[in-house]
Amino acid sequence: MLGLGADRLRADMNRLLALLFHQGVLDEQFLQLQQLQDETSPNFVCEVVNIYFHESEKLLRNLRGLLMERDFSDYKKMGIHLNQFMGSSSSIGAKRVRNVCVAFRAASEQNNRAGCLRALELLENEYCYLKNKLHELFQIEQQRVLAAGARYPMQN
Amino acid sequence: MTVENQRAGVVVEDMDQDRFPAGMRVLAVDDNPTCLKLLDTLLRKCQYQVTTTNQAVMALKMLRENRNKFDLVISDVNMPDMDGFKLLELLGLEMDLPVIMLSGHSDTELVMKGVTHGACDYLLKPVRIEELKNIWQHVIRRKKFDSKVQNNSLNEDKACHGAGDSRLGVISTLSADQDGKLCRKRKEQNEDEEEDDEENEHENEDASNQKKPRVVWSVELHRKFVAAVNQLGFEKAVPKKILDLMNVEGLTRENVASHLQKYRLYLKRINSVAAQQASMVAALGGADSSYMRMGSLDGFGEFHSLAGSGRLSSSALSSYTPGEMLGRLNSHASLVLRGITSSGLVQASGQNLSSSINTLGQIQPTPLPSNQSASLFQGVLTSLELTQLQQSKCTSSTGDFNPIKDSRGFTAVSNGFSDTRVTVGSSTSLLPGASSHPLVLQGNPQLPDDRGAFVNQYSLGVASLTPDTFDIGGGGCSNFLDHSNNESWQSAIQLSRFSSNAVPLSEPFNHNQFPYNNFVISSIGPCTTNGPIDFSSRSAISAPLEDSRGDAHCQEGLMGNVVQDMNYTLKQRWEEHKQDCNQNLNHTVNTKNSVVSANGIISPLGRSLDQNNAICCKSFDVSLISQLHGGALSIGPHGEVEKTALDSKMMINENFLLEQTKSQDGFIQNNYDSLDDIVNTVTKQEHNQTMLSDVGNSDLMLTLLGLVYETSDS
Repeated sequence: MLGLGADRLRADMNRLLALLFHQGVLDEQFLQLQQLQDETSPNFVCEVVNIYFHESEKLLRNLRGLLMERDFSDYKKMGIHLNQFMGSSSSIGAKRVRNVCVAFRAASEQNNRAGCLRALELLENEYCYLKNKLHELFQIEQQRVLAAGARYPMQN
Repeated sequence: MTVENQRAGVVVEDMDQDRFPAGMRVLAVDDNPTCLKLLDTLLRKCQYQVTTTNQAVMALKMLRENRNKFDLVISDVNMPDMDGFKLLELLGLEMDLPVIMLSGHSDTELVMKGVTHGACDYLLKPVRIEELKNIWQHVIRRKKFDSKVQNNSLNEDKACHGAGDSRLGVISTLSADQDGKLCRKRKEQNEDEEEDDEENEHENEDASNQKKPRVVWSVELHRKFVAAVNQLGFEKAVPKKILDLMNVEGLTRENVASHLQKYRLYLKRINSVAAQQASMVAALGGADSSYMRMGSLDGFGEFHSLAGSGRLSSSALSSYTPGEMLGRLNSHASLVLRGITSSGLVQASGQNLSSSINTLGQIQPTPLPSNQSASLFQGVLTSLELTQLQQSKCTSSTGDFNPIKDSRGFTAVSNGFSDTRVTVGSSTSLLPGASSHPLVLQGNPQLPDDRGAFVNQYSLGVASLTPDTFDIGGGGCSNFLDHSNNESWQSAIQLSRFSSNAVPLSEPFNHNQFPYNNFVISSIGPCTTNGPIDFSSRSAISAPLEDSRGDAHCQEGLMGNVVQDMNYTLKQRWEEHKQDCNQNLNHTVNTKNSVVSANGIISPLGRSLDQNNAICCKSFDVSLISQLHGGALSIGPHGEVEKTALDSKMMINENFLLEQTKSQDGFIQNNYDSLDDIVNTVTKQEHNQTMLSDVGNSDLMLTLLGLVYETSDS
């Protein structure tokens, strides 16, 4: 029963992943992350993604703070934040987030404040969506591990 | 592996040689925690030993504590506490560790910057494990070349000046280069010399088998070093003597030798950079003080950074220089063709030039006004072609040279040297006109008696400024060949300020005495006038130099004075800036290999190293002769190549490219003091007028710094 649950969970997870790939939310880099996970680093993906979330939220707050300033003019600083965001997103395989960052950076290079604002909103949306989906993925994974861990004696 | 280690003489005790590349110790630096974590895991997956830090400062500290704890460093480019490139330079210089750059974008400029600052490789994020699996090659490569450098420097010392094998010098300089590609190229060149080297290497192996702790050149030590060098006189500064003068315990001759090499590179670089900057600034009207800052680094730190990058640049192919310049002149669409002397450069002068030019062409910044760059390149290409043409008629002499009428302006002259090195002059020594600090060619270079080899140099760059963008041609005169005999030349050479349009062009004249190269004189005449200067009829003076002795070199094509190409359509944009003209250095370069300067600007400096090292150039001579008349450049009587023995002393301006040809080749070492003075003066001019005033022409005049190509004589 539980074994079946593990399989189903795995199927769920794969389906979710496939969807995310299809939507372009994730790309092959994410697979690389998964491949790096092994016995020596069993929770690697989870750890990296959590670091990413933590850092990204900080960056997003900074970006919003910058753009909300009345006399905002420090596009350069914004560019720095964006570069960071881009770097980490591409390392994770967060393709859509990264693409929005690219557009954001272009607007910032043109000193286009309105464009930056729009890009920021888009970025926040994409990021939220990514975060939710990845959380979901991890939950399924956790359940699957639990389910797989519980075996009937005969399955050992 | 073991053999390599022995030869390298490097301490590798910590490295697990049997399992290499596994166990290679990597230091990873990245302020982005996600990327750092990923990198860490990836590296561990490749079985390297990884240490991570998210601060560049911390990384430096760790490395300084014990350089031998790590084999390789991977660093991100954009870091908040220290610029990745700066870290790169410091690491390369102080510790001679291979460094790989990591970045989120692949801007050509950034990559170029990385390369010129000495990076072994440039990776893009997200990093893939396949790429990391191969990074160990940089460690091996570095070790190999380090050993070669050591061997070569030993060889050089033995050979002394004018060992007759300037190639050794070239090799060593080359091997110091971190760039793999260059290394490979050099390797090819080295193959010929390997036999010579082998014997030495065997000897060296024994000597260098013992592990030597790496010497850290502290400020104090470096100061002693510089004092010793100055005391000895730059050209006479050999490691042994320096070592004796310094009188420091525990310092070996090899340490001093390698440090001396770096120092020379550094000086060359700052001079060229300073000159270029000066010219640029002048051109830009001192708009960007940051450029000047570049040249104003002082002290040890600068040495370090410059030497670090200098290492690369010196041996870098000419194609690199433009990139470097571009990096610097980011904001300005200036294109500077910088020739770099490097032994590694080029074998086929023409080819390399074209390829480098092509490269430049590609990276031509778009904002360049009109078709300046296009014309520049075309000019260059034309000159290249010309050069090649010329080569075939080496024996024909000066009179035969046909002026190149290229209305576009600018020519790049590439000189092939029959000799080993190719120096490309870079760095402009545009002197701000206003201050009237004309650089005058001084002295008569005395040609070494038999050889007549001389150094040639560089080319000038005159940048014409356009209102929007400045093109700055770096003109660096690295060497000038001053032919005392040639009076006309001498007179022609003067730096003069141009008050109003007249820009005297000096015509290069050639003296054939050069066994090696003929230099083409490039003259750049900045025009002070606002009006466009059209060189309508220019007679290119190219007097092929006949080398009376160097028949062999003749084939290279003597190119006469290129400068005179009247077609100098280099139109410099003079207008917005003050009228002071930049003095462009005129260098007459006789290039053996045929230098072609198409339009008036001759840049390539041929440099031939006098194998006897007879030449010392004391001062930085810049002769700028350009006369821009309403349109015609008059090419004086120099049109013909005079085949008179030149008795000129070759002046080699260290600034300019000649890097490698330093003492090893018997290269002339400049008197740095004077050089520094000149540089300082030049830099002071920066805010004044621009050297180039826009003549209102859209054409951009860029001067190429002499492109010297090493002839594939070897």
